[in-house]
This record gives sequence, structure tokens and C-alpha cells, in this order.
Amino acid sequence: MEYLLTASNIVKEYTGHRALDDVSIAVPRGKVYGLLGPNGAGKTTLIRIINHITAPDSGEVIFDGHRLCQDDIARIGYLPEERGLYKKMKVGEQAIFFARLKGLSRRDAEAALRQWFERLDISQWWDKKVEELSKGMAQKVQFIITVLHRPDLLIFDEPFSGFDPINAGILKREILKLRDEGATVIFSTHNMGSVEELCDEISLINRSQNILSGKVSDIRERFADNRYALAYLGDPAGLEAAAAPLCSSFEAGSINNDGFATATVTLKAPDALRPFISAVNEAVTINSFRRLIPSMDEIFVSAVEASNQARGLQPVPEV
Amino acid sequence: MKSALQIIISREYLERVKRKSFIISTLLVPFFMILIMVAPAAIMVFNTPESKHVAVIDDSGLVAQRLHDSDEITFRAVDQPLDSLRADESADAILVIGAKVIENPNASITLYHRGAPAMVTDQYINSQLTDAIEDIRLEAYDISNLRQILDEVKVDLRYPTIRIDQDEDTATSSMLSYFLSLAMDMLLYSFILIYGQMVMTSIIEEKSNRVLEIVVSSVKPTSLMLGKIVGIGMVAVTQILIWAVLLGACSAWLVPLIASMPGEGADPELIGALGQLSDPGFILSLLGYAILFFIGGYLFYSSIFAAVGSAVDNIQDASQLASVATLPIIVSIIASMSVLQNPGSTLAFWLSVIPFTSPCAMMSRLPFGVPVGEILLSLAVLYASFLGMIWVCAKIYRVGIFMYGKKPTFTEILRWTRYK
Repeated sequence: MEYLLTASNIVKEYTGHRALDDVSIAVPRGKVYGLLGPNGAGKTTLIRIINHITAPDSGEVIFDGHRLCQDDIARIGYLPEERGLYKKMKVGEQAIFFARLKGLSRRDAEAALRQWFERLDISQWWDKKVEELSKGMAQKVQFIITVLHRPDLLIFDEPFSGFDPINAGILKREILKLRDEGATVIFSTHNMGSVEELCDEISLINRSQNILSGKVSDIRERFADNRYALAYLGDPAGLEAAAAPLCSSFEAGSINNDGFATATVTLKAPDALRPFISAVNEAVTINSFRRLIPSMDEIFVSAVEASNQARGLQPVPEV
Repeated sequence: MKSALQIIISREYLERVKRKSFIISTLLVPFFMILIMVAPAAIMVFNTPESKHVAVIDDSGLVAQRLHDSDEITFRAVDQPLDSLRADESADAILVIGAKVIENPNASITLYHRGAPAMVTDQYINSQLTDAIEDIRLEAYDISNLRQILDEVKVDLRYPTIRIDQDEDTATSSMLSYFLSLAMDMLLYSFILIYGQMVMTSIIEEKSNRVLEIVVSSVKPTSLMLGKIVGIGMVAVTQILIWAVLLGACSAWLVPLIASMPGEGADPELIGALGQLSDPGFILSLLGYAILFFIGGYLFYSSIFAAVGSAVDNIQDASQLASVATLPIIVSIIASMSVLQNPGSTLAFWLSVIPFTSPCAMMSRLPFGVPVGEILLSLAVLYASFLGMIWVCAKIYRVGIFMYGKKPTFTEILRWTRYK
């Protein structure tokens, strides 16, 4: 089966507020799926529905070929964005408690936990109370609790917030490792850098609606728009004259650090590339020429703004 | 493998029972109770009044010789004037008796005392004077043995109360029933309030430190709420059982001791009470029903407390909403005081049917004896209402635990029950 989880036409309404408006996503098996969107877009509500914590008003969630039910949550691991632990409980005991809630026996839980504590280098904290832990330390424990029962579906909501770059790196590696071992990951974040690094596919939720879905590479391709950056030596006016017939836009840039003049152009059509290079080559000495692929950050901003404009809405208020 | 609910219950239970504060409070409370009961007696025993010299200026010439000394208080008739006696430190008190003391005692007697007189001293002097004046007045009638006749006329009524039961008459003590009711009422009241609020604060705590988000990703919110209510309820029951065992051990030692006390003028009320207490059938049925009502009342109220706890994210916001639960509890404890005065009244009946008041009202009535049919009706209504209440509260809880920020209004909370 291609998809581990599909959610179709999900609607969820709270008093005077539609949190999710006909949202559909399909999460492919064994991939990292990014769930993106501004604050208050409805990501957390969608995640709670996938987690069987709340029920949608309409629409359905199919997990591994059947309608999502309570028993499935033992196969899901969820690391919420807002997360905490019981402060007065000891770390190890608490981890065992959560593992048993996910259906592990005490013995299996303890064995698996010892391994994970070793792996993330926090073994010496086993008998400490949670209140003695630093934030990053507590987050490692929460990460372990999420993945310990080897769930088929892992849901991480802003997993790297509060981590230093070193520990964030460790966590990223662990997430990719889990994916390579067969787990499917849903990854919700504002951090577009990590999306490019980790995600295979994404959905962008804005104002309760899914406004953009697909493979990260496809989306970036779609937003690329035949834009190119050029660095050269020569006469800017001559360049513009040579390029103009083939371009829909031409912006002359400043001199770059290596002393070359720069320009950013948008070609009229993809097949104008070779004629364009020939024409430019006649006019100036090309130093570098590369395609501009927008970052996820830029795509995020432009997609959200476009969708807001299309719906005639003001910027999203903080929720 | 244990179910998630069982795991939650055992965590809630063990986390609390293992705490030092639980062990200490469980052991200290009875200790303090005993201390409160024993302290006044102990103070009486150890605080024997020191000896006092009372100088008596008797202008009537009749009373002074009739005042008898006690171990601590000695009377001494003197002729000195009051002013010189006041300067003389040897007398602790000066009793001035006027000439017309027999006709008009209140206007004729004054007691001067250095410092505040001890109550026992004052009482002793008062009783000596009363006896003396009464004797003199009696003698004035010139009837022989009048004092003896009067003593014979006096009655001191103490009679047993027997409750008419179908099978067998049992000696009861309405005094004992009264105090049992009062004690059980207070216990129920404080337990429901303390443990109900424990449920509430623990939910608020989970919510505000966000561990809740992690728990509900593994168990249904309803299971978490039920597990918490049951787990904390078991802590309460454990505490009661420990106290019951302590009390049982105490009374096993104390009851025979009182019963074997010299039989002279043994109080029938006390004998009835002891008879009732040593009747295992009475105690067991009382205890059995009391526990059923306690559990029902706790479950009923703590589900309201749970719903309130889920709706807010800090303790300050909770108190106002919690009045939905605390007000009925306070009303029912006040109402049950009136039930105590008249356990068989119609009001008592209705109060013990309405689930908000029934646990307290029934606690008041049980020691006096309640028809089994009424008990069963009351229990049935209570447990059915608990099921209804927990169903509603679970719906509120499910939504409430994810609501942060503004304190919701009652109408908002009621609307949550309609969310899917």
C-alpha cells in the first residue's frame, strides 16, 4: 500500500471558528511528511485528529487500510509541541510508565529504555527526578518516550525547538534512521531549513485549508519559474539588449564580492535556455550561470500570502 | 498485560501513597485528634491549683464557721478591716460577707482576689457559700432531717433506649448515634472536599506543565480522567482504612476498659452505646453503607471537580468555577445538621434522595437506622447520577484540557459537551 495514512475532507469546527475546512492529506509509507503552516492554521488540530484524541466533525482518517480506531494509537508515537513530564517522578520510572501506556510490558520497556538512554547519552539521569533536568535533557527523554514502542507512524511537532544545534543534529539523524528502518514520519514545523533537509513530501496548511501539497522537489520546481542568476564581465546595456527578446523580466544587480556584475532574469519559456545562453555569451563574458530554485522559506511566504490575498483576508492574527 | 486505565490508576495511587506527606498526614491526623481530645484532661490532671488562703470577714457571724477547707483552699476568719488585709500579702483572697447575707446574699458578698482567681478556686468558694447559706435557710424552717428529705426527693434520670426491630430489640443510644452521625458527616465532608480538590488541582497541574499532551497521545482522555478519579479515590479509601484499623485497635483496648470500670452508677446511655458498638452486625452494616455512600459521593463530586480542573489552566481561575461543586457540599453539610435533629422527617428523606446532598444526609441518618429500601433507593439514584455526571464531565474534560488562555464561562463549558 502506498499510503500509511490518508485523511480526507476533514472538517472540525469550534464555536465560531472553523479549525479545519475540508483538509485532505496523504502520507506515503516510509517517508518524512512535512506539515507546514503559520501559527493557528490548524496543524495541531489535524494532528490531534490523526492521533485519535479528538474526532472530526466530518471526513475520515484511514490508517494502514482501515478507519483509524483507538487500538491504532499504540502504533503511533506523538511528540507534541507543548510537552512536559511529571515533575516529581523519576526519569526512568516515568519513561516506563509511558511505555506501558503504549502497550509494552514493564520488562521490555526497561530493556528498550536502557538502550535508548545509552544511545542518547543520558543513562546517568535514570534515577533523577524530572524537575532536576534541563529543558534539552527533558526533551531527549520525551523523544525516547515517543519512539520507544517502535511505532509505524511518528508525529513530531516542532521537535527541535529548545535544542542546541548539536543535539538538534543528533535528533535529526535519529529521525532519519527511524525512517530508514521503516517508520513513517509526520513532521510539523515552522523551520523551513529542516523541511528541506528532512521532508520528502509536504502539505502547507493556511487558515484551516490545505493550500499546497506534494513532493518537496516538485514543489520547488513548480515555484522555480525559469529564474536564473548570472555573473559576468562586460557592458550591462549590451547584455540587456541581447537578453531582452528571450526574457520576461530582467533585473541588473550590483557588483558581487569577486568583482563580477550580476543580473537576475526570468526566461519566457524553458526552451529559451539555450538561445539565451548563446545570446548572452556573444554579449558578455559569463563567469557563472545558475538556476534559482526558491527555498522552502520563500515558497512558504509566497504561498501563504497568495492564499490570503485570494481569500481577501487580513494577515493571520496571533492565536 | 494491564490496560491503560489500570496503569493510570496505579500511577496515580502509588505516586501519592508513596509520598512522605501522605504517610505523615495519615499518621499525624489521628495523633492530633487524640491530642485534642486528651489535652484538656491532661491539663486538668497536671495543673493542680496551688494552695490558697482566703481571709473571711464575716459581719453576719453565721457563715464563716460553715466554710470547709479543701486540700488547696483554706478559710480563715479574721477581724481586721478590709484595708489592712489588702495590704497584707499573706491572704490570697479576701471574702467579705455582709450582715444581711442570708436574706440578700448577692448584694452582701464580695470576693477580693490577688490576680485572676482560678476557675476551680472560684467554683469551690461559690459552692461552699451556697451550701452554707442553703443550710442556714433550711434550719430556719425548723423541720428535722429536711436536708435528708430533700436529697431523697431528687431524681437523676438515666434510662435505656431500645429500638424496635423486626427480629430483635437492640439497645441503642441516641447520643452515640448523634455523635457517630456527626463524626461520619464531618469525615465525609472533609474527604470529598479534600480529595475532590486534589483531583482538580492535579488535572490543572498536568495541564499547565503540558504533560497531559503526552499522556493523551497514549490513552483516551476519558480513561485518564477516570483513572485519576479512581486512583485518588483509592488513596482516600486507604487512608480511611488505616484510620479504621488504628481506631479498631484503640477501641479493642479501650471499650473493655470502660466496660470493666467500677459498675457504681454505670450510665445506661454508656452501656447502650457500648452494646451498640460491640454489636458487629451494627458496625459492619453501618460501615458498609457508609463506604458505599462515601464512594458514591466522592465519585459524583470529583467528576465535577475534574471537569472544572480541565476547563482552567491555573488554580486562581478554578475557585469560582469549583463553587459548582463546593457550594452543594457546604449546603448539604448544613442541611444534614437539620437531618441530624430529626432523622425521620420528610425533608431528611428528600435530602437523602437528591444526589448532591444524599451522601451527607444519609451519613446523618444511618446511625439512627434507615429502612433498607430507602438506602437502596438513595444509593441507586446516587450511582446513576454519578454515571450521568461523569458522562457529561468527561465530555467537558475532553475539550477543556486543550483550552488554554481565557477562563471559559459556564455557557461555553456547557457548549463543549456538544463537541464531537
